[in-house]
Amino acid sequence: MTDMTSHPGPKSIDWTSDEIGARVRKRKAAENRLRYIGLGAIGIAFAMLALLISSLVSTGWQAFRQTHVTIQVTYTPEFINPDNLQRSNYRGLLEATMLDLIPGATNGRSVAAILSNGAQFTARDRIIADPALMGQTVTLRVPTSDPYDQLAKGLIDRDTPEANRRLKNDEIAAFDALLSQGVVSKPFNWALLGNADSRFPEQAGLKGALWGSFYALLTCFLLAFPIGIGAAIYLEEFAPKNKMSDFIEVNINNLAAVPSVVFGLLALAVFLGWFGMGRSIPFVGGMTLALMTLPTIIIATRAALKAVPPSIREAALGVGASKQQVVFHHVLPLAMPGILTGTIIGLAQALGETAPLLLIGMNAFVTAAPATPFDPSTALPTQIFIWADSPERGFVSRTSAAILVLLGFLVMMNAVAIYLRNRFERRW
Amino acid sequence: MTLIAFLLLFAAAILGYVLNRSAARSLRAGGAQLHSLSTFHGGFAALLVLVPTFLFIILWLLFHASVLDRLTMGGLPAGTLDGLDSGATQLILAEIKSIAGGRIFGSPEPWKIEAAERLAGYRAMSANLMLGLTALLALGLLVIARRTVSPEFRARQRAEGIIKGLMIFCSSVAIFTTIGIIASLVFETVRFFQMVPWHEFLFGTTWEPQMPIRADQIAAEGAFGWLPVFLGTLVITVVALFFAVPIGLLSAIYLNEFASPRFRKFAKPVLEVLAGVPTVVYGFFAVLTIAPALRTFGEMTGLPIAPNTAMAAGLVMGVMLIPFISSFADDALSAVPRALRDGALALGATRAETVLNVLFPAAIPGIVGGVLLAVSRAIGETMIVVMAAGLMAKMTINPLDSVTTVTVQIVTLLIGDTSFDSPKTLAAFALGFMLFIVTLGINVLALRIVHKYREIYD
Amino acid sequence: MNDMRIVERTVDSHQTKITARGVQVYYGEKHALKDVDVDILDKTVTAFIGPSGCGKSTFLRCLNRMNDTVAIARVQGDIRLDGDDIYDKRVDPVQLRAKVGMVFQKPNPFPKSIYDNVAYGPRIHGLTANKAELDAIVETSLRKAALWNEVKDRLAESGTGLSGGQQQRLCIARAIATSPEVLLMDEPCSALDPIATAQVEELIDELRSQFSVVIVTHSMQQAARVSQRTAFFHLGNLVEYGETGQIFTNPKDPRTESYITGRIG
Repeated sequence: MTDMTSHPGPKSIDWTSDEIGARVRKRKAAENRLRYIGLGAIGIAFAMLALLISSLVSTGWQAFRQTHVTIQVTYTPEFINPDNLQRSNYRGLLEATMLDLIPGATNGRSVAAILSNGAQFTARDRIIADPALMGQTVTLRVPTSDPYDQLAKGLIDRDTPEANRRLKNDEIAAFDALLSQGVVSKPFNWALLGNADSRFPEQAGLKGALWGSFYALLTCFLLAFPIGIGAAIYLEEFAPKNKMSDFIEVNINNLAAVPSVVFGLLALAVFLGWFGMGRSIPFVGGMTLALMTLPTIIIATRAALKAVPPSIREAALGVGASKQQVVFHHVLPLAMPGILTGTIIGLAQALGETAPLLLIGMNAFVTAAPATPFDPSTALPTQIFIWADSPERGFVSRTSAAILVLLGFLVMMNAVAIYLRNRFERRW
Repeated sequence: MTLIAFLLLFAAAILGYVLNRSAARSLRAGGAQLHSLSTFHGGFAALLVLVPTFLFIILWLLFHASVLDRLTMGGLPAGTLDGLDSGATQLILAEIKSIAGGRIFGSPEPWKIEAAERLAGYRAMSANLMLGLTALLALGLLVIARRTVSPEFRARQRAEGIIKGLMIFCSSVAIFTTIGIIASLVFETVRFFQMVPWHEFLFGTTWEPQMPIRADQIAAEGAFGWLPVFLGTLVITVVALFFAVPIGLLSAIYLNEFASPRFRKFAKPVLEVLAGVPTVVYGFFAVLTIAPALRTFGEMTGLPIAPNTAMAAGLVMGVMLIPFISSFADDALSAVPRALRDGALALGATRAETVLNVLFPAAIPGIVGGVLLAVSRAIGETMIVVMAAGLMAKMTINPLDSVTTVTVQIVTLLIGDTSFDSPKTLAAFALGFMLFIVTLGINVLALRIVHKYREIYD
Repeated sequence: MNDMRIVERTVDSHQTKITARGVQVYYGEKHALKDVDVDILDKTVTAFIGPSGCGKSTFLRCLNRMNDTVAIARVQGDIRLDGDDIYDKRVDPVQLRAKVGMVFQKPNPFPKSIYDNVAYGPRIHGLTANKAELDAIVETSLRKAALWNEVKDRLAESGTGLSGGQQQRLCIARAIATSPEVLLMDEPCSALDPIATAQVEELIDELRSQFSVVIVTHSMQQAARVSQRTAFFHLGNLVEYGETGQIFTNPKDPRTESYITGRIG
């Protein structure tokens, strides 16, 4: 330690000097700058989320209500042929009804266009169900067509020059006449949930998409859950630690990061191309989603199995249980909450997955809900894609509404997963 | 029919269980020392019946349709299909199928009706055959299982062997999936390269995939150079990262160093919500809100912002990636040992100095790994760009312009009717193959970096 | 006990550097330190000894407010450096830590070059005007830490590439580069082999000429070898505090005696 004597220590520092004080203030300011920039960054992320949700809600909430007109329809022989109720002139019947309802209206076709195209079928179905109504008057509440729905919701600006407006002055006047009679109402839009898809926004609903998504998720669950658990148990508890199990592990990790559209290509080439399965089938969609969800479930299950302490395994082995009995009697039940949480999160991801379903044709225009998992249908996210692509104004708010429904399901699934995690979480 | 087959299968399995268990029990009642418990004898029988029969039904269901199609088409009058390409053949088959299903449009030719009747006949026959074979197989296995019951038979080991085999099969599904992906992509890509030379695809700078109108027009007019498509993908990826990386990193730094535990507890789940939003929702958000806002901004400032500007898709993709990057950076910062943080603080470093000079450099490998994974996500992301980006491929790096991406082209080429012999369809698979290779390469690299980094501090 | 070479140096009548009165520390619900009173003298090596979990490291971390970085820790009482309350609201922990340096149990060099490790403190505190001054500080600090001859040709290499003993001396060099007035050492030799330990102990003795050194140690031999004053902690209490020779040869408290003779610990 001869260095010490030859090199005197650094000069002692006056920590109270102005110079040092100024420097400390500068450093403090830099620290605060970083703090506020960081807060700003989080603020931007939050603002984006808020913007996303508010723009969806502000456009979507209108779609949960639908403008209806209450009309009194009299089934007169002038239009209705009691011997052929299927093919009677319901359009004429509605035109006459509307002409009666709106004072001064002369163009029956124009005023009947206030009503949805589906109104004539409502009128028809009513009398087919009860032929005794012939000659009687019934009260029907039917949806208006899309432009008038927009008008009633204030989405059409009456100050726009007539040439640029979707509804002309006389059409608005006719609707105002209805308004003043108090026959216009805006009840909850049950059609949004109860109808299948339609070309007409006012009749389009999510029933087909909901069933399609349900069948696809059911298939996905039935395939991915047992296979995922089986694979995870084998890899975690039984597999010898060799090249093969390493390879499988790397494989699973990589599969989890393969872009979803590639799974769509796989499904298209293998399921549709080689096995000749049908297009737009929820079952095929479910199989594709199962392949995508499998890595998530395997990884979550392995984590849950790992969390069960070895002492439990040793205790069971100690009383002479076989290795499989240990796993199936003791380890698996204890790991179940974790496995279920991971599975639900995986299914929630699958529910929002769109691209692979597009490639197997689940963006078809299907006007009936699928009765079985093998009937063509859409799914919730592909329905959103279809509606987002539709030019009719009414589909904008319906797309937002469909997204809100989808997000509602996702929130519910995640809430269940969080509940399970908190309820059954064990600290060993 | 399928349902009946499955019911038959389960009934046979239950029967096998009951039969073997009671046989084992009566052996024991007769005073014999059994190696395994009687329930294991039952379980072994149930598994022995269940597994092969189930496999048989599945294989039958997978392959019967294509066999029937081939039979039907093979039985058509000679010369009907001469000179037709596979697209037209598919069309005829579809028509025959719909006639067989009872949906007749117009008045089809008599030979089609005749073929449809034959198809319906084949279908009924196939269903009966499957049912019969299922029953036969199950019965045979029942007999074999029943024969095994004896005091020495190691039923537990055998049953556990079958279960282990099932679990090994489950594990190999992941491998089969990978093989399936690679096989299908390679197979169709090779076919594509038979129509379009590979160097035109890899180095070509024009992308105009046109539907050949006549058969002799194959790709003569269309151009399949993927470079502009890939360039478009990169442009959008760069825009997304330009937005997401700083915001994600700074958020992570704030949450890790400055935020109170309460704020952290609230902010982290909120950020995770951003990660859980389906991409189709982001796509609609881009179209509904961001693109019009950018357009207005362009009009106000006079910037030439294209209607389908790469900015809109890129920005929204950036929002999607924020939580991804922030959680990776958060993990990487938290993984830096406390000793380093203490060392810096004990020297009198401020928190900002500690983060920027010590923690951040130490966490760089983990952060880089996370950013690489984000890049791979951005390249493979589909719905946002399908909805918000353009369709025309341009050799441009201007983010205000409209560009297209690999995934957009895959989806637009494959939406609607697809026949597997037009270069248009196959081009999508070639693009998919490139996409798979690029993302796989990035993922492997990223995972390696992240793992190595973890080892340093473990 | 035979290997305890009691340092044959009496404590010079140095002035008091740090005074602590009635210090209490809580970690969440746990009362980790109970009512500790200590005077730490300038230019003296003070050793804190005691069994694991007795609170000696906790107390050490109060002296440069490192407990501030633990969210659940709560410190009460009065600690003064040269008469100024270090827990006063106006005191900036950043500046305090420049004056009261610290060396940790496990060597924790930054994953940077050797030079940058030592230069880090002077840089952030702005102690130098130019590169030459910084070079001089780095060199003197490394010389004082008895590391200069081993690393002078590879200052640009990473500090994490050194051996354990070298890393710890690098951390000491890093701590003294800001010319602190007090140097806190938290079991600085526990991760080192005997040879490296001997080097560091020798170094500590040298450092005494310029700093007040406080060392927490597990090893009584080490306390006996390097310190002039020793404090014995037990179960969060300061049991006995006095000259090292007196503590080891003639302890007043029976608990101290039991510990030193190996009956508790």
